[in-house]
Amino acid sequence: MNVNQHTPMASPYGQPQPGYGQPGYAPLDGGYPAPYAPYNGPASAYQPGAPQQGPARGPPASGAPPVSAPQPYNQYSQSQGDMQNGPPLMTQAPPRPAVSQPYNHGAVNLPGPQPSFPQHYGPPPSMQQVTNQMTGMQIASGPPTPAGPGYAPPHSSQPPVSNAYSAAPPPSYTHAPPPVSSAPTQPPPPSGPAPSQQYYGGPPPPSQQQFNSSLPPTSQQQFTSPAPPPSSQQSFPPTSYSGPVPPPSQAPAPQVSQPQQPFPPTQPPFSSAPPPVSQPAFVSGPPPPAQGSFPPRAPPPSSQPGSFPPPGPPPTSLPSGQYTGPMPPQQQPPPTQPSPYHSGPPPPGSQMPPTSMAQSNHLPPGPQGPPGPPGPLQQHPPQPGMPGGFPPQQNGAFGQVRGPQPGYAGPYPGQPNYGAPAPAPAPAPPAQKRLDPDAIPSPIQVIEDDKAKSTEPFTTGVRGQAPPLVTTNFQVKDQGNASPRFVRCTAYNMPCTADMAKQSQVPLAAVIKPLATLPQDESPPYLVDHGEGGPIRCNRCKAYMCPYMQFIEGGRRFQCGFCSCVTEVPPHYFQHLDHTGKRVDCYDRPELSLGSYEFLATVDYCKNNKLPQPPAFIFLIDVSYNAVKSGMVNIVCQELKTLLDYLPRENPEMDSMVRVGFVTYNKVLHFYNVKASLAQPQMLVVSDVSDMFVPLLDGFLVNVNESRLVIESLLDQIPEMFADTRETETVFGPVIQAGLEALKAADCAGKLFVFHTSLPIAEAPGKLKNREDKKLIGTDKEKSLFQPQVGFYNTLAKECVAQGCCVDLFLFPNQYVDVATLGVVPVSTGGSVYKYTYFQAQTDKERFLNDLRRDVQKLVGFDAVMRVRTSTGIRATDFFGSFFMSNTTDVELAGLDCDKAITVEFKHDDKLSEETGALMQCAVLYTSCSGQRRLRVHNMAVNCCSQLADLYRNCETDTIINFFSKYAFRGILSNPTKAVRDTLVNQCAQILACYRKNCASPSSAGQLILPECMKLLPVYLNCVLKSDVLLPGADVSLDDRAYLRQLISCMDVAESHVFFYPRLLPLTKLESGSLPVAVRDSEERLSKGGVYILETGLHLFLWVGASVQQELLLNIFGTPSFSQIDPNMTSLPVLDNPFSERLREIIDSFRAQRSRYMKLMVVKQEDRTELIFRHFLVEDKSASGGASYVDFLCHMHKEIRQLLS
Amino acid sequence: MATFPEYIAQNEERDGVRFSWNVWPSSRLEATRMVVPVAALFTPLKERPDLPPIQYEPVLCSRATCRAVLNPLCQVDYRAKLWACNFCYQRNQFPPSYAGISEVNQPAELLPQFSTIEYVVQRGPQMPLVFLYVVDTCMEDEDLQALKESLQMSLSLLPPTALVGLITFGRMVQVHELGCEGISKSYVFRGTKDLNAKQLQEMLGLTKPAASQGRGPQTAQQPLSNRFLQPVQKIDMNLTDLLGELQRDPWPVTQGKRPLRSLGVAMSIAVGLLECTFPNTGARIMTFIGGPATQGPGMVVGDELKTPIRSWHDLEKDNAKFMKKATKHYESLANRASTNGHIIDIYACALDQTGLLEMKCCANYTGGYMVMADSFNTSLFKQTFQRVFTKDVQGSFKMAFAATLEVKTSREIKVSGAIGPCVSLSAKGPCVSENEIGTGGTCQWKICGLDPSTTLALYFEVVNQHNAPIPQGGRGAIQFVTQYQHSSGQRRIRVSTTARNWADAQTQIQSIAASFDQEAAAILMARLAVYRAETEEGPDVLRWLDRQLIRLFMFHLRRSPFLQVFNNSPDESSYYRHQFNRQDLTQALIMIQPVLYAYSFNGPPEPVLLDSSSILPDRILLMDTFFQILIYHGETVAQWRKAGYQEMAEYENFRHLLQAPVDDAQELLHTRFPMPRYIDTEHGGSQARFLLSKVNPSQTHNNMYAWGQESGAPILTDDVSLQVFMDHLKKLAVSSAA
Repeated sequence: MNVNQHTPMASPYGQPQPGYGQPGYAPLDGGYPAPYAPYNGPASAYQPGAPQQGPARGPPASGAPPVSAPQPYNQYSQSQGDMQNGPPLMTQAPPRPAVSQPYNHGAVNLPGPQPSFPQHYGPPPSMQQVTNQMTGMQIASGPPTPAGPGYAPPHSSQPPVSNAYSAAPPPSYTHAPPPVSSAPTQPPPPSGPAPSQQYYGGPPPPSQQQFNSSLPPTSQQQFTSPAPPPSSQQSFPPTSYSGPVPPPSQAPAPQVSQPQQPFPPTQPPFSSAPPPVSQPAFVSGPPPPAQGSFPPRAPPPSSQPGSFPPPGPPPTSLPSGQYTGPMPPQQQPPPTQPSPYHSGPPPPGSQMPPTSMAQSNHLPPGPQGPPGPPGPLQQHPPQPGMPGGFPPQQNGAFGQVRGPQPGYAGPYPGQPNYGAPAPAPAPAPPAQKRLDPDAIPSPIQVIEDDKAKSTEPFTTGVRGQAPPLVTTNFQVKDQGNASPRFVRCTAYNMPCTADMAKQSQVPLAAVIKPLATLPQDESPPYLVDHGEGGPIRCNRCKAYMCPYMQFIEGGRRFQCGFCSCVTEVPPHYFQHLDHTGKRVDCYDRPELSLGSYEFLATVDYCKNNKLPQPPAFIFLIDVSYNAVKSGMVNIVCQELKTLLDYLPRENPEMDSMVRVGFVTYNKVLHFYNVKASLAQPQMLVVSDVSDMFVPLLDGFLVNVNESRLVIESLLDQIPEMFADTRETETVFGPVIQAGLEALKAADCAGKLFVFHTSLPIAEAPGKLKNREDKKLIGTDKEKSLFQPQVGFYNTLAKECVAQGCCVDLFLFPNQYVDVATLGVVPVSTGGSVYKYTYFQAQTDKERFLNDLRRDVQKLVGFDAVMRVRTSTGIRATDFFGSFFMSNTTDVELAGLDCDKAITVEFKHDDKLSEETGALMQCAVLYTSCSGQRRLRVHNMAVNCCSQLADLYRNCETDTIINFFSKYAFRGILSNPTKAVRDTLVNQCAQILACYRKNCASPSSAGQLILPECMKLLPVYLNCVLKSDVLLPGADVSLDDRAYLRQLISCMDVAESHVFFYPRLLPLTKLESGSLPVAVRDSEERLSKGGVYILETGLHLFLWVGASVQQELLLNIFGTPSFSQIDPNMTSLPVLDNPFSERLREIIDSFRAQRSRYMKLMVVKQEDRTELIFRHFLVEDKSASGGASYVDFLCHMHKEIRQLLS
Repeated sequence: MATFPEYIAQNEERDGVRFSWNVWPSSRLEATRMVVPVAALFTPLKERPDLPPIQYEPVLCSRATCRAVLNPLCQVDYRAKLWACNFCYQRNQFPPSYAGISEVNQPAELLPQFSTIEYVVQRGPQMPLVFLYVVDTCMEDEDLQALKESLQMSLSLLPPTALVGLITFGRMVQVHELGCEGISKSYVFRGTKDLNAKQLQEMLGLTKPAASQGRGPQTAQQPLSNRFLQPVQKIDMNLTDLLGELQRDPWPVTQGKRPLRSLGVAMSIAVGLLECTFPNTGARIMTFIGGPATQGPGMVVGDELKTPIRSWHDLEKDNAKFMKKATKHYESLANRASTNGHIIDIYACALDQTGLLEMKCCANYTGGYMVMADSFNTSLFKQTFQRVFTKDVQGSFKMAFAATLEVKTSREIKVSGAIGPCVSLSAKGPCVSENEIGTGGTCQWKICGLDPSTTLALYFEVVNQHNAPIPQGGRGAIQFVTQYQHSSGQRRIRVSTTARNWADAQTQIQSIAASFDQEAAAILMARLAVYRAETEEGPDVLRWLDRQLIRLFMFHLRRSPFLQVFNNSPDESSYYRHQFNRQDLTQALIMIQPVLYAYSFNGPPEPVLLDSSSILPDRILLMDTFFQILIYHGETVAQWRKAGYQEMAEYENFRHLLQAPVDDAQELLHTRFPMPRYIDTEHGGSQARFLLSKVNPSQTHNNMYAWGQESGAPILTDDVSLQVFMDHLKKLAVSSAA
């Protein structure tokens, strides 16, 4: 969130509040009461409630004012419930329910805020506040032990959360009890109850420090409780948060019991609990103040209770209702603004009960009313009560609030909302309630659950089955569909119709990594040779022979699974069918039984109908002053001497067929003739860069073994020759042109390795200007900075693609080099860009060399064309990745290596049938590194569904995030960054809202219900939104953003996952054979006494706590003192102890997993470098204004509620 | 007084000058009536081993428009230490260093035997000689190998301080950096794009750090070598290796195509390179080409083999689409090179034409050599090339660089122009005639490359009016001042002063007639004809020539390749004309009227008429056409030879007879530059055509009456014989006179 907003907001609020304070608050309070009232009688309830509470809140209001700004954040309160649902279903329903509950709460809270503050993400309250709130919330839930239990049973992951919460919350949870009660009740209405757990008045907390408190909004925790229901809810339960439902049966009971207990305490807890919570989490200043203010408020709450009691009962009765209470806000969007906060607060009061979990918020109120009512309420709410009740509450609250707002609105146009919120915050009480981070869906939990679940090899034969997560180690057995290592889909059950797809907004996409490397124990695709006629294909759509082809007429013909066209089987391919209609040789032929295989292409598939030449690698090295001085030239030349022995080859026994060539350049180019027959290399200087050409033919591209001596002599001399260079200007366009021309002259495809240091300002085609202008960031012109500066490189890229010339760019910039422009060619040709800013031989050599080695050695195909065919009804409409397209269907890749993934989006153009499902076939025609022309085919079949529920049950969040990130990162080329972010949030909200509307069992609107498969969607999406590309910090350069943008575009799911949600492992204990269980990316998960390792796929940090145990230090660094750790070390000392060995082993294994080498950075707590490290703690609020997880969840909830109302 | 022939010979020996008239008609009108203008063939560097180099500078007339050099014809007042300029009559004080001058103590320049004298200028830096090889790599391996060997050999002939450079070209042009250790470097340029000197300078990284090019001190500091031009002694080995590794142009040549040869750009780069590194310093660009330029500026033919290179026929039909553009390109190069005093040599060795027609000006304007041969692997090329580096007795090359020739005349006569390997310096002055002949309108010419045989034709005009008295002193004087860079690096000034008597044509016509130098006049007129042929339409020139007089030579001249393009390619014509325009009188005469010697048992070798009647069965003929040395064995002799009589001891005399012309031919071969084509043939041999085409067709299939008689062999031609020509000429002369 934007800090700025806060401050301003605060002041305005502050002022207004006073005046409004009472009235506004009153309303707010009323709002809450109203919620309850709603149960009884919405309309009336509101008013009455309002007044009553109003006063109470009034006081808090004062406190709130400052918070006000933050309030919006509260709204973010997130819902974890959904996630939980999933799990519960499977085994431990109860636990999940708990989760679900939180969601509900969250929902509740959200509603309020959403209406008015949807956009406020940025600002999300200060971390502290958030945490406070969170804690409050969670605590509430926590206390409710129920949650704890609930979670516990469900899944380890969740359980932990719950536990955590329980700890703190217990007391507060007393309120929980109410939820519990609700739970019980809920059982019947499974979903309903769950939802009931509103977050809490999550909103309230926000009020004060909206964002900080973002946590509060998250009251969600409450949802946890609901989790259980899942079971009850059919398949959906999980999603719906029915989770809660499950509880009904088993979990419910426990929860109930607990919740109930909690609730009672809740009230007390509120006052007390909140504060403590806040402190622990965010301790920092903010919380205290909040607390301080809260305390006072606390009283009000108490007062509220009083008031609540009356309403409370009803609401409580509907714990859900209470939560719903929050929900109402949604319905009553208008009031929303204020309501958010209010909602927050109210929930606490009234909801308390319902939210057994979330309770913290609710608790206060809940306890009183909730307990009793919960049971009944819950039931009621589900039906009419819920909605009705909530709306009223919120409405009431909002309405009132708004009342005041109007006035404010005037003064603070645009911000009026905030103003409103402010008041809401005022309801300090809410502030107290915090969303316990442990109560919201935990990525770690989900990952661990999936690992636990995936013990068997994954077989691809079953259509529509989602594979294990990318974070899980599993074996794949190809039984007719492509391995998830090659193809991953966002949805394994596609909606049958375009309408459904549109309604759900779930992107239908596949991430395809055609040449992915397979683990040792999985065999690479078989090579099939269909003889001179080439691969057998469908006559009409040209799909290649695959398991989806149906043989008919005794095997004489086959019907295409994609277009239904019937094609004759060529005589040489004929085979009889068995009694089931399968060909007898079905299992002897990979193309009839497997999902992935390769065809040997015939000359018809070659350029110019000529079999291709083996490809060539050309190394183009910048030898300007900077390049020499940084040591780059020397390193590259030294390394190439050995690296050239490891050029890619298909048969390890044979020498590589790849030929090599060398060019150096500054503002002129130097080609080298290294023909074997020469006594010494020849250098050919081309100064006429305006019209590039290759000065020699014979001797430029040579076989390494034949010319070894000459090449070595050359590589020895290059650094010497340019050691004293004073040339600082470089060219770039002509360099690529040179490589391209060389390949053209040799009539082969190939790859250019360009080692470049600076902005090409020398007079030549493709000359660039320095256009880095920080003033443009955040404006509508920002997008232009991501677009290439000149059109030259686009044209050049096109030519490169036509020749099959792939460009890999290694950048060593000391200043702005315009990656956005320089990267055009690499990105369009399927190449990679590597960037080593401020390269220094000493510290960056290892990273660079490892990247280079890998890049040179990896398997790569050239001159590739990829075509995705689909069954009638859908079609591939959009493609993301590193490639070039000259028409709408063919993806042209000058080079395609094993790390490149292409994301393909599908759209309906007709109906699909559930019977046949949807088929897709990705065929990649490429030239292998030995010069063989081949076709790699990946087949994928997914189910089609006519029920949205099926869609939501079989989708993959990681893949969706992969798609979203690529979509968004491309979007910023043509749209303002802010618009892109908004679009993402909207779509995500729509997805979840659609689920809520169509798949979740009825529940209070205040509940945040997430589909089980998507419960991490908010947290991951938030990571995307916070990424440097979409939300740059002050220290993030334009080049870095452009670099990341391009990098993401070809990432596969595993890479994008860890990139957005880094892996953080505690290193206190290391066991061989298994990794420690990761912890969530939040500072509060770090123990001062511990050491953690964090990897993102690009970075690797070793974080050392300030009070780390000496033993650990000795084991790792060989020094007993924290202060003696050298923060500049890039590799750990080799020490002879098991711990050190294992740690280094782990680091090595991490590096081995990633396509780029990660330099190790040691971060000492409270050291300057910690700032960098913190940037990757993505669940926390980021320095650049990114919302914390909790805040965002609240916000998302708000958005959803807004959509639903 | 000696006879005129003796006088002429003496003058030629001493001053290198031959005038068409050795007594000049004293009025303009009379001179015009003489038809043959007063003109001179001047050989500026005529070898004078006896000439003492004077180690001081010449004394100049102080009149700004005159600046004539003190010479033996000047009147000197020893007492007053004054001298009177014999051109402008200005009286000049001797400089202080001449204080000791007296009748008995005269400086060399006043001695009559030193009418030609050479001063050595001590000022200024000693400039190195620069040799830049421009080598075509589009040729057969054998040729390339031979060329490489020749080039390597030439390195040993260069003075150790001479700077050498290497540019190779094929599809691309490579400028080689010399003296690189461990790696050989070269700068490569596209063969299709011309670059100006400034671009080139930048691209080669030769831009001087100092921004301004001041004069004096800065030019003096000019680096004496750079990466591309280095002293032989330093990079001898390096360059030898470099040449050794020179590969044939690697770019594939598909069937039916010519290799892409970027000759135009290569020469442009060579010129540009010297232009920006050694302006106004003697330098030779030696271009070795194995075929025509086929791409880029200066291309003379496309790369499609099915389109043949232009012929005279195409030129007449205006069908040579590249010719004008290419000519323009090479002309501009020639002008740039000559402006900077650089020589462009062209060694074209190919069976087909190479575009000499277009490139001729490069050699013609700069005084460069043009050599045409069939292959680099022939002794013709090898020895010719070797002879370029011939040294004189002092061990200096017989070549001079960056020369300027200035002509000063008495008031009664002015200079109309020059024809020869020179360009105008556009120096106006009192002695410049308004009538231009050849390269006129100036009294100074630049001759970038000179050798001892380089001869210019200078044409004068008598401007004295008819009624004016015979000029004072009765003699007209002409002074030739040649400043040049000696191959030792010194700058030298050679001054030749000559004078001729005036005579009144009405009263002294006899003496004027007696003073006519027929040979010189023939060559002078021939040069004029060739010059016109080059610049005007062919037939007109023949007609013009026919209207002039002169008998014998004109008959052969009409048939010579200089005017007759039939049976010659445009390149050959250009080549012949080039040689004709620069060789001295003797050689030029041979070119026009080949010399024919007969060897027989009947007596010692004797010159015989260049006539078909001279071709007898029992004779061996040796014909020297300058371009060819041909030995022709008569029918009988050939039979004897075939029978092997020369192997038998008893026929030793026959062996001697066979050997005699061969020895004589060898002698000719050894002295001539460029080396002639040596042909040994016999009666009925295919090569005998060279002889048959030269002789006067007194007997042809048309005048069969001569058959069966003891003389000669009939020539199958429709050309008229000398006899017919003469008859016709006489008729014309009479009729025109009437």
